[in-house]
Amino acid sequence: MLFSANKYLKKYTEAAPLAAFRLFFGLMMFASIVRFWANGWIEKLYIAPKFFFSYYGFEWVQPIGEYTYLIFIICGLSALAVAAGFKYRLSIIVFFLSFTYIELMDKTTYLNHYYFISILSFLMIFLPANVYFSIDAWRDKKKSFQKVPAWCVDSLKLLLAIVYFYAGLAKLNSDWLLRAMPLKIWLPSKYDLPWLGDIMQQEWLHYAFSWSGMLYDLFIPFLLLWRRTRFVAFIMVIIFHVLTRVLFPIGMFPYIMIVSALIFFSPKLHHRILKFIAEIFKIDKSKFDTSEVYQFPDITGKIVRTVVVIFFTVQLLLPWRYLAYPGELFWTEEGFRFSWRVMLMEKAGYAQFKIVDAETGNRFYVNNSDFLTPFQEKQMSFQPDFILQYAKFLEDHFSKDGHKNIEIYVENYVALNGRKSAPYIDPDVNLLNFADSFEHKEFILPFQDEIKGL
Amino acid sequence: MIKFSRLFIVFALIFAACSSEDDGTETGGETGGTDSFDRGAMLVNWADNIIVPAYNNMAAKTQNVETAATAFTTAPDAAGLQQLREAYVDAYKSFQSVSMFQVGKAEEINYRSYLNTYPANTSNIDSKISSGSFNLELPSSFAEQGLPALDYLLFGMGTSEEIVAIYSSNENYRTYLNAVASRMNALTTEVSNSWNGDYRDTFVSNTSSSSTGSVDKFTNDYVMYFEKILRSGKIGFPAGAFTGTASPSNVEARFNAEISRELYLEAVQSFEDFFYGRHFSGNGTGSSYKQYLEYLDSMKDGADLASLIEDQLDAIQSQSSSLETNLKSQVEKDNTKMLEAYDELQKAVILLKVDMMQALSISVDYVDSDGD
Repeated sequence: MLFSANKYLKKYTEAAPLAAFRLFFGLMMFASIVRFWANGWIEKLYIAPKFFFSYYGFEWVQPIGEYTYLIFIICGLSALAVAAGFKYRLSIIVFFLSFTYIELMDKTTYLNHYYFISILSFLMIFLPANVYFSIDAWRDKKKSFQKVPAWCVDSLKLLLAIVYFYAGLAKLNSDWLLRAMPLKIWLPSKYDLPWLGDIMQQEWLHYAFSWSGMLYDLFIPFLLLWRRTRFVAFIMVIIFHVLTRVLFPIGMFPYIMIVSALIFFSPKLHHRILKFIAEIFKIDKSKFDTSEVYQFPDITGKIVRTVVVIFFTVQLLLPWRYLAYPGELFWTEEGFRFSWRVMLMEKAGYAQFKIVDAETGNRFYVNNSDFLTPFQEKQMSFQPDFILQYAKFLEDHFSKDGHKNIEIYVENYVALNGRKSAPYIDPDVNLLNFADSFEHKEFILPFQDEIKGL
Repeated sequence: MIKFSRLFIVFALIFAACSSEDDGTETGGETGGTDSFDRGAMLVNWADNIIVPAYNNMAAKTQNVETAATAFTTAPDAAGLQQLREAYVDAYKSFQSVSMFQVGKAEEINYRSYLNTYPANTSNIDSKISSGSFNLELPSSFAEQGLPALDYLLFGMGTSEEIVAIYSSNENYRTYLNAVASRMNALTTEVSNSWNGDYRDTFVSNTSSSSTGSVDKFTNDYVMYFEKILRSGKIGFPAGAFTGTASPSNVEARFNAEISRELYLEAVQSFEDFFYGRHFSGNGTGSSYKQYLEYLDSMKDGADLASLIEDQLDAIQSQSSSLETNLKSQVEKDNTKMLEAYDELQKAVILLKVDMMQALSISVDYVDSDGD
């Protein structure tokens, strides 16, 4: 084993796939930031709200008022610099930090896809993606190489494979496979699609989509890895992601996934792509074809490989942390985030908070829209950590208002995957008796049904 | 490799074709499938049999108010006041059947806020009358006009004799009363004209399933109306559900609070009639939320949501019979009944906002952003 691992680490491959990946990744990220801005979402999501939901332990990450735009500018510019391979190491670090900072500002906007970008850019910090077809390599011959260690390209494949495979595993449950939920809720509402609108109403289609989605996620990484199925698999990637783009509001991500899947192709294809780009921009591509092999300096190499191994260990284990919690994962959402559970639930809730004066018994209800945006209110109403954090915020607010002996209760109903709404949080529990932590939240009422599966 | 490039171009084209942001502005899209629920037909029923007749009726009522106000101010007397009051009560009741239709022109001109922001700001009204200068078109003047202002101007300034005396002796009062009555009528006419004109077709043909489609947008407004205007406005605020302190002066039509329960019941009934697709005039019914939910439930094997909502609306109706006709005195004497009414309404909010919205796959959040 050890011997073969050593042998593997010494394997080299063309740097072109890595360079093409860097280029497309950077450009797509730049486009994402521009689109985010153009849609007015910076204002809506990070400036207009009065209060932001923090990730546990990251309460210090907050939007900085109008200067939040500056973070987006930095993020967008660093994405461009990454694309160009200009001062790459610095740029990708800045991109990783600024992008992650943005994501940490408010967990209301959490998406698996954003998390994917964050960890992908983290991984890219350790990859020599700028040694080929980059400004860095153009300007300094000593930094120009044509070949890189094979694991550098393979690690990107591995990360993509984890995302797909785990997303497939997550679909192995009775709601998805036996009830075709939540597609049965989502698809009929697409009645106005040309050609497809009518069949979206058909039950067989909901099942067909559920099952094929599961099979796709589980098998696509392997089909992409194997040379003989690769081309067909890539066509499937395109069809699958274009379809999800048509059916669901998922922005840039289908394109990011499609372009990322190119990493599985042979260096030949990447050379063709880069040549095509070089011709348009009148770049002398042959200048990069130095036949030089990039080698990590000894100590750096060791550190980098250690970090990458730890990184993947975490990635492989983190999605399973839900097993440490009692209760139904979809209901409690303890261990739900960061585990590639993509488009798995239709969940909605209604939370009415009651502020009680413990001494006088005086009570009143909170008007959530006084404090939260509709989007925040929606996300808060079915996620226990949001509910707890919001209760603390209400305590602060109303005690500053002069209220005393505050107790906070919530009357909370949640509907999951087409089931009738049911009580969610114990209405007799004073939420202020609990601090947020990674421990199981005892005040969540049990799920009144069963979802079988992983 | 040549094969590859050619395919690549094909996919690039598919890409380009699909990459236009779906902002859902496309219209039409008749769903002809026999198995599909026809949302276009539901929109037609809503518009032609409920919304348009309701606005036409409201326009007739505000016209009566304006006419009666002119008559009364020309020669103020007890009979004229009585007629004006009747016209006003009629209009207030009719308003309950249009208040939930805050789409199109009504949304654009903020119809509901101009017509029924209560309680009226009586001290502002007094000072504007005495100064003789005012501009009812300012959004800051919501609480100085509309039905709540008339409530004050016709009932809140003393006995009938005293009120007649005020209008007889003071030009400024007559001017203000006429201005309020005619603005109310003008705004109503504007909304009803737009429904009788182009807007009806715009509304009915926008069968898109995106957040800008008529069904999505309307449903958001309809549910929001029930929660904020009906539950909170008519019952929650006066009962002090959000402050802990009962606030009788927040009752709708506080100066003539004898009609306050009736206004509440009218609103509940109109909301319910709409849910069932009952025609505004006559006994007909048509395509509705109820049918839509039944269609979706049968497909999804879910809870029978339509009948759960039906039962809850019945429960609200029957609880309301235990309320006094005068909600203001109900709040003052026995507020627990009001809080019970709030609880019944609240149960319906959950069914509408959580269960119905989920069944219809309509997002409650008005901010569009990306999903996974």
